[in-house]
Amino acid sequence: MAIEIATPATPTLKWEYASSRESADIATIEDRYGLFIDGKFVSPKSNKYFPTINPATEEPLAEVAEAGEADVDDAVAAARRAYTDVWEPMEGAERAKYVFRIARMIQERSRELAVLETLDGGKPIKEARDVDLPLVAGHFFYYAGWADKLEYAFPGVRPRPLGVAGQVIPWNFPLLMLAWKVAPALAAGNTVVLKPAETTPLTALIVAQIAAEAGLPPGVLNVVTGAGGTGAAVVGHPDVDKVAFTGSTAVGKLIATQLAGSHKKLTLELGGKAAHVIFEDAPLDQAIEGVINGIFFNQGHVCCAGSRLLVQENIHDRFVDKLKRRLSTLRVGDPMDKNTDVGAINSRAQLDKITELVDSGLDEGAEMFQPDCVLPERGFFFKPTLFTNVAQSHRIAQEEIFGPVLSILSFRTPEEAVEKANNTPYGLSAGVWTSKGSRILWMADRLKAGVVWANTYNKFDPTSPFGGYKESGFGREGGRHGLLAYMEWDET
Amino acid sequence: MTLAPARTSILPDRITTPTLRSFLRSVPSVDEVGANERVAALSTRSIKRESKRAALDLITQMIDLTTLEGKDTPGKVAQMSAKAIRPDPLDPSVPSVAAVCVYPNMVKYAVAATEGSSVKVASVATYFPSGLVETDLKVEEVSRVVRLGADEVDMVIDRGAFLGGEYFKVFDEIRRVKDACGDAHLKVILETGELVTLDNVRQASLLAMAAGADFIKTSTGKVQPAATLPVTLVMLEAIRDFMDATGVMVGMKPAGGIRTAKDAIRYLVVLNETLGEAWMTPDWFRFGASTLLNDVLMQIRWLQTGRYSSPDYFTKD
Repeated sequence: MAIEIATPATPTLKWEYASSRESADIATIEDRYGLFIDGKFVSPKSNKYFPTINPATEEPLAEVAEAGEADVDDAVAAARRAYTDVWEPMEGAERAKYVFRIARMIQERSRELAVLETLDGGKPIKEARDVDLPLVAGHFFYYAGWADKLEYAFPGVRPRPLGVAGQVIPWNFPLLMLAWKVAPALAAGNTVVLKPAETTPLTALIVAQIAAEAGLPPGVLNVVTGAGGTGAAVVGHPDVDKVAFTGSTAVGKLIATQLAGSHKKLTLELGGKAAHVIFEDAPLDQAIEGVINGIFFNQGHVCCAGSRLLVQENIHDRFVDKLKRRLSTLRVGDPMDKNTDVGAINSRAQLDKITELVDSGLDEGAEMFQPDCVLPERGFFFKPTLFTNVAQSHRIAQEEIFGPVLSILSFRTPEEAVEKANNTPYGLSAGVWTSKGSRILWMADRLKAGVVWANTYNKFDPTSPFGGYKESGFGREGGRHGLLAYMEWDET
Repeated sequence: MTLAPARTSILPDRITTPTLRSFLRSVPSVDEVGANERVAALSTRSIKRESKRAALDLITQMIDLTTLEGKDTPGKVAQMSAKAIRPDPLDPSVPSVAAVCVYPNMVKYAVAATEGSSVKVASVATYFPSGLVETDLKVEEVSRVVRLGADEVDMVIDRGAFLGGEYFKVFDEIRRVKDACGDAHLKVILETGELVTLDNVRQASLLAMAAGADFIKTSTGKVQPAATLPVTLVMLEAIRDFMDATGVMVGMKPAGGIRTAKDAIRYLVVLNETLGEAWMTPDWFRFGASTLLNDVLMQIRWLQTGRYSSPDYFTKD
């Protein structure tokens, strides 16, 4: 093959984008935060505090109270009083006003909240700004609208709230997971004791401030910070009527065991190992973007991340070449830079876990590709990583890595794609790329996953339910379905 | 005439409308929602300070300064050419633009006005902008503008033939025009505003490149919409696929509707993150524009002084 050699007369520009940092001063961080119980910030009876750090610099941001059992007891008692005396008897239309007010205040302070989310959690500022915050406000707005229409949500029955909800949320989307749980609970008439994740407590504390400023009656929303012990105290408290947990499948199983036989209602949103299926007739360049977004969005700290790529064998090599080239254009580094695509890993512990699983992939004979990018010297970072020659039996094809690591397998027929996609204990999400509409429906019928995205990935909307099959949990968040998790009813 | 072997390598052995049709059907489809999302994401890139200055200088050097009006005169072309050579009389550090782009009857004036400078003369041809005449006449016109001294020829494809499935007609016409160009560079205008779908844009891009285009170009500027970011992205992706398949590098020219430096920087970001550094030169990327230049000059002045100058400080030619 003859090659025409390009000999440019004018030099090319190696264009480096100058750093464009969002200002950290937009968020005011106090030195020390108490617990938000009964409408005000109080010192913990435990007298214990723990530091929360910026994972991109490893520098401490603030000290946060660690709630002990006595503190959780106070929070649940406050929530119970608020439920009985104020929130449950209140007209839905009145409750809606408070939730709408919170939604608006979140929207008004969204720049500050985005900065804080990035500082405390490590996600790129452009994601916090363009994805997390609009969705957070959107969930509050959406559920505020349901508060006075609950009997229309479920026609023919008389719905009522459950009581006090104990909610434990993860560190990957601190504010969004708060919104997914708090907004429907409040709109339906429940009161809440919320336990944010140990590594990302700050934005929940700002929402507590917002709730106070919005005049939300004391005790309706309580925020108790802490680690696993605090979460266990919330989940195990005898006066909690409903437990909602998002996190690992291992902890979810413990909670399910602990709650078995109790009166408490439970919803769990757990891990995933989603299959992302690419057929030969897919729009390839958009599929590449979908795959990149599917696994590198939020550094892969996404329970529905498309972490197992299934590519039809006859396009495998071409697709992987395109993917590698695209990987090399990802901008990894300072999460506060507006041009950063992949930010910091949330914690040292998570970085160690990712490293351990990647090492296992190498040991088991998979082939690794990482782009030639320079990581910051301080902070927790991991290069975007691909594995090819992966077998279903490898740990990197089975276990949830929860990091920027993609395992690539191939398939020959649609049947084989379905079989491999479903061959996992998880069942949270899946993606299908093909130009053939009938094949999308055929696949969606057969994939055992709570969400199936077609020719797109990682799309969320307040009106759309989200949740898992199998060991990815049960119950749905978002949409009308999301109300079900916080209501029961009498037949009329 | 025969095609260079590198270009035939992605084509069927016998080039006919049916074989070209199967070739085009093998081009990957485009998901419009996904393409729009990609350019929206790239449009949030924040380009500041020294990276902005570097972009503005490069954009200036990439401009085909254009006048394509019925009222064009030798005087207008001469004045525009002076501006092309020295865009900012107050600031000699601002480089010349790439080319002036004119109608065939203005080529000789443009050649005279740019003599001795680095600015090239591009002529639209093939009975621009509609191109609704027989191929022989188009070829004759191309030969004439090349004889007059045009360094570059901007032709427009037969959109009706493409949409009607007469792929050989489109292909053969480009091939014959390329032949008539001799050493002049051929830019093939797809007129994407009339092709409408991104699938059509991608297929027409491949067809034009296989037939011999040195550059592919979005629009004549006479049809709305002219250049858009999603169309440009899809054409750049087609260029990448063509390079992978044949080893032949093809250039890109979005034209029409790009009026601000901010817009132009977005195109540059899409170029930089799709094809990369090798294409970041006027040899492989051009902007077809008439009013863009003054906004770029204004932004350069702003970066130098921290103040916006009045538009009266920039020449209108």
